[in-house]
Amino acid sequence: MTDDDGAAVIDKDGMDALVAVLAARGRTVIGPTVRDGAIVLAEISGGAELPYGWGVELEAGTYRLAAREDGAAFAHSAGPQSWKTFLHPPRAREWSADRTADGGLVTTPDATPPPSYAFLGVRPCDLRAIAVQDRVLTGGRHADRGYRGRRAGAFLVAVECTEPGATCFCVSMGTGPAVGPGYDLALTEVLDADGHRFLVRAGSEEGEAVLAELPSRAADTATRTAARDRVAAAADRMGRSMPPVDLQGLMRETLNAERWDDVTARCLTCGNCTMVCPTCFCTTAEDITDLTGDHAERWRRWESCFDRDFTHLPGGPVRDSPRSRYRQWATHKLGTWYDQFGSSGCVGCGRCIVWCPVGIDITEEAHALNRERASGAGEGAG
Amino acid sequence: MTVVRHGFLGALTPAHRDRLLALAHDVSFPGGTRIFEEGGEADRFWIVGSGLVALDVHVPGRPEPVVETLGEGELVGWSWLFEPYRWHLGARTRTAVLAREFDARQVRGACEEDPAFGLAVTHCVAQVIARRLQATRTRLLDLYGPPPGHGGGT
Amino acid sequence: MTGAFAETAAAPPLPYRVAQRRTDTPDTATIVLEPVGTALPPFTPGQFAMVYAFGVGDIPLSVSGIDGRRLTHTVRAVGAISGALHGVRPGQTVGVRGPFGTGWELSEEAGRDLLVVAGGIGLAPLRPLVRAALAELGRYGRLSVLIGARSPHELLYSDETAHWQAGARVLTTVDHPAPDWMGDVGVVTTLLDRAVFDPSTATAFVCGPEPMIRATADELVHRGVAPDRIRVSLERTMHCGTGHCGHCQLGPLLLCRDGPVVTWTRARPLLLIREL
Repeated sequence: MTDDDGAAVIDKDGMDALVAVLAARGRTVIGPTVRDGAIVLAEISGGAELPYGWGVELEAGTYRLAAREDGAAFAHSAGPQSWKTFLHPPRAREWSADRTADGGLVTTPDATPPPSYAFLGVRPCDLRAIAVQDRVLTGGRHADRGYRGRRAGAFLVAVECTEPGATCFCVSMGTGPAVGPGYDLALTEVLDADGHRFLVRAGSEEGEAVLAELPSRAADTATRTAARDRVAAAADRMGRSMPPVDLQGLMRETLNAERWDDVTARCLTCGNCTMVCPTCFCTTAEDITDLTGDHAERWRRWESCFDRDFTHLPGGPVRDSPRSRYRQWATHKLGTWYDQFGSSGCVGCGRCIVWCPVGIDITEEAHALNRERASGAGEGAG
Repeated sequence: MTVVRHGFLGALTPAHRDRLLALAHDVSFPGGTRIFEEGGEADRFWIVGSGLVALDVHVPGRPEPVVETLGEGELVGWSWLFEPYRWHLGARTRTAVLAREFDARQVRGACEEDPAFGLAVTHCVAQVIARRLQATRTRLLDLYGPPPGHGGGT
Repeated sequence: MTGAFAETAAAPPLPYRVAQRRTDTPDTATIVLEPVGTALPPFTPGQFAMVYAFGVGDIPLSVSGIDGRRLTHTVRAVGAISGALHGVRPGQTVGVRGPFGTGWELSEEAGRDLLVVAGGIGLAPLRPLVRAALAELGRYGRLSVLIGARSPHELLYSDETAHWQAGARVLTTVDHPAPDWMGDVGVVTTLLDRAVFDPSTATAFVCGPEPMIRATADELVHRGVAPDRIRVSLERTMHCGTGHCGHCQLGPLLLCRDGPVVTWTRARPLLLIREL
């Protein structure tokens, strides 16, 4: 990193200014904040609402807020929500249809103007998750208009990860803890004898313009070094890891593994993992009519591949057994996502592990499948 | 008459095929001819050259329900290979049929005389029976019928 | 990944008026739709549309006929939406989105024998393929059409398929014959002996219930047809048609995008895994 890269340093006042500048640009600022015993993503009106002094203790099936003495704002890892809540909302109206007097039909695309968001505190894993959803929802032959509108209007302030949780495994998925491309601004939080501050880099023209409006100073070597060291140290403190093998191949070759029976004995098929996953994108179509019967609307809402009706055909569901539904989720996430969208569907954020009511751990399952494959069992699935 | 590649004869080696065909003679049936009756003595069998043969069952009070039809290249009759050599079903031509007819006693004799030939012929007949069993099972599924009653189709 | 792609996902359906409706069988009808205003981009045989019944919802329906701006669909009443579409009357309006999915890609098959094998309502997506082949008979080798149905009165398009005889070898078989049925009785694979095709170069197009597809394709491979030259049309749940709702996954495939027509090479290993 050279000194003329435009990097700057801001302090807590600068963070307050960042929220104010983004709001002044007409953006709804969404950031992490403490609410109901968790660090959630919600609209914030000032830097003071950031979770200064709060961290989280994570384990499989466990999430707990923990006070921190250092006063850090971003010393927490993934919470129950991800940015897909805003970019790919749980319910969205796609279009409406009206019956005309002569029995005809008029259809109208949803005209709700896309919101203009600023996301403050996008973790590198979640930045990758946004890129993954971009590819799914706008990267193919058919692009999702609503998603594109929300996405195009979103300003992304990434924050590098310096405090990974016990369920994090972004290093083995290649998504963190250092920030990848796609941000407008990237921050690294530094707390040491020189004070509480943030190293800031711009990744877009708008990012540069916003940075120029903040009270800041040029980045000094000590801050740069401290930031780099903290991120490097985070990489060494990952709580989990995936087996170091080609996961796409592992999933393809273990479709008949006995391990699926083992995990299904624990899985409740509740679908929590799909709700908290930042890349899970599946939806269902809902058609509603008003009382007159002349106005109908098409809504889309999140759906989970764990729902039995997800694969409904006239004769019944294709994936009837819980085993087939967990297998679908895991093999899609880690394997067939590559076939469909050219990348992994997993970014290593660990949410599915934390929010599983019975603590199923996708990394543990992958290791078990890898061991079973190595032992020669579970073959013949290809 | 052309030698059919995939029908009954398809699985025989050329030598065995020639040997079997040497025992055959050509016959023709007008459409609507009953070739054999259910329960009758299975003393012959045929390989269809052209036309269509229907296998039927005798049900009192109903016109003979057809359970299957056999066309070009297919074997008509396998009951001749197993005791008590009685037809399980009836057979009637639907159209004019040209066929090769075999005398069952002669073929059984040849099979006993040359066990390798006998095994090959038995194997061929078994393949035909297996394919028809498979086809019957598929039809039992009633695949084209309405979906089973979940009542939640779209 | 920006403006080059149409924003066709989540877009509303276009109004199409029901121009004709014909009852095919007790639970199946064929409807001809014409655009009220703007027409959708052209469909190719094998592709499907999402057809919307007002306020009830939409379902994927293959095109069973393509005639200029007009689209023909054959719909079997098995649920609320298909029941509503089955019951439409001429003059009523439905919504249509599309075209979606892969087609049969007949144009690549010049000079080859064509073998079409249909089971039940599986004849619907194959019908425009047969029509296209008949319209350009000289372009292809010999054309065989094998049709299986439950019973004689459940045979689709029987007036039309009789006319296909002029340019193709058309063979029809039923599971349950009526007393006056003089045709074949048995599964559709038993007709293969009488189809006219050179297995080493022919291309096969197969659609019907999945066990029928498996039995047919395996038999064709047994007879020497290359798995890459066998195209099958598969069915899974579909909501969006644009690859975004996730329902139609079959392992690595999103069938609304990578299908419904796929080669047997791709389909076979996937269909062998239970509940994939």
